[in-house]
Amino acid sequence: MKDRFKGVIEPFSNGIVKNNPTFRLVLGTCPTLAITTAALNGLTMGLATTFVLICSNFLISLLRNVIPDKVRIPAYVMIIAAFVTVVDMVMAKFLPDLHKTLGLYIPLIVVNCIIMARAEAFSNQNAPLPSVMDGLGTGIGFTLALTVMGIIREFLGAGSFFGIEIPYLSNYAMTIFIMPAGAFFVYGFLIVLFNAAVDAIQKKIDAKSAGQKHHVLHAESAEPEAANNEGGAE
Amino acid sequence: MNYALFLIISGIFINNFILSQFLGICPFLGVSKKIETALGMGIAVIFVMGIASVVTYGLNLLLVIAGIEYLRTMVFILVIAALIQILEVVLKKFMPSLYSALGVYLPLITTNCAVLGVAIMNITSLAQQSVLYAFLNGVASGAGFTIAILLLAGIREKIETSDIPKPFQGFPITLITAAIMAMSFAAFASLMF
Repeated sequence: MKDRFKGVIEPFSNGIVKNNPTFRLVLGTCPTLAITTAALNGLTMGLATTFVLICSNFLISLLRNVIPDKVRIPAYVMIIAAFVTVVDMVMAKFLPDLHKTLGLYIPLIVVNCIIMARAEAFSNQNAPLPSVMDGLGTGIGFTLALTVMGIIREFLGAGSFFGIEIPYLSNYAMTIFIMPAGAFFVYGFLIVLFNAAVDAIQKKIDAKSAGQKHHVLHAESAEPEAANNEGGAE
Repeated sequence: MNYALFLIISGIFINNFILSQFLGICPFLGVSKKIETALGMGIAVIFVMGIASVVTYGLNLLLVIAGIEYLRTMVFILVIAALIQILEVVLKKFMPSLYSALGVYLPLITTNCAVLGVAIMNITSLAQQSVLYAFLNGVASGAGFTIAILLLAGIREKIETSDIPKPFQGFPITLITAAIMAMSFAAFASLMF
């Protein structure tokens, strides 16, 4: 039972930390840099992308034995584009203000390489449930990254938090952080911090599990299909 | 005519696709290790963006007549992908020397958001007035992309040989370099006319 559970949980947690699309794989950089001028924009963009990721992963996984290998890329693009159109129309109707702020970058979710990378690396070889979990995990990883970047840039660049102005601080806002240069700068430093933190934690886990290696080996040989495929990077 | 000039200057300097609009960042970071590859990518992008601008501009007119503008995203991305495939075949047949120069970069452009970005921009911004403006916008934005990627490639070739702290190696130092480039390009924003 526990092993079966692991096949669903692992793709989920991998997407958030080990294969974090933004900080580890450096995919989908365009929206990451462009719309994180405010925390709310980052959060909305992340959620919209997560929705598309889950839906496209699910559908591609269902159709993985139907789509011929030669035309799989155009087929995936069409599936992704259809869900993006849905998001675009729903946002235009119910969140007109945010839709206007994010503007061009909503239709551009289609060419977000994270979605294509997950389709190619995971959902075209895995069952629907793990694929959905993979989409959810990757989406949450992306959303968290965008929100953190949005919070930092908004805090430093505009002196506010989710649109709420912080007294005194807003008088000393450093506009450079909400300008393009600040985006590149914050992103660069966040990658450094994230990688340093994950590597340090990984080292600790490795040191801890070295003692229990025999158990792990047994568990893994019993369930080979749980092996997660790595390397969604280009 | 005045507007045409504005489009060119704006596409290359003021609204540089990479350093102020953040479109096409993936190839900007991925293919900028060497000046030659950066140049190949840049020329391929100018080529595709010019043609895609004209084609999608025409297609949008058809979509508007048919009253199905909401299918824009799906139609555009499919047409751009098909266009790149056709371009590859045509170039292979008629201009083999250009084909071998662009070769690897052409298929990569499908996932370059700059192409879809300029196609959508052409029909939502002021450039929608005429197909000539759309074409100029595409070519100028492509030229802006090329200049940015060439500059970065030149800097990265120098960075390669210098001593960088380990956590900063790879993407982080490239992003910080781009930040400094974006800072200098921000000065062009005051070019008002």
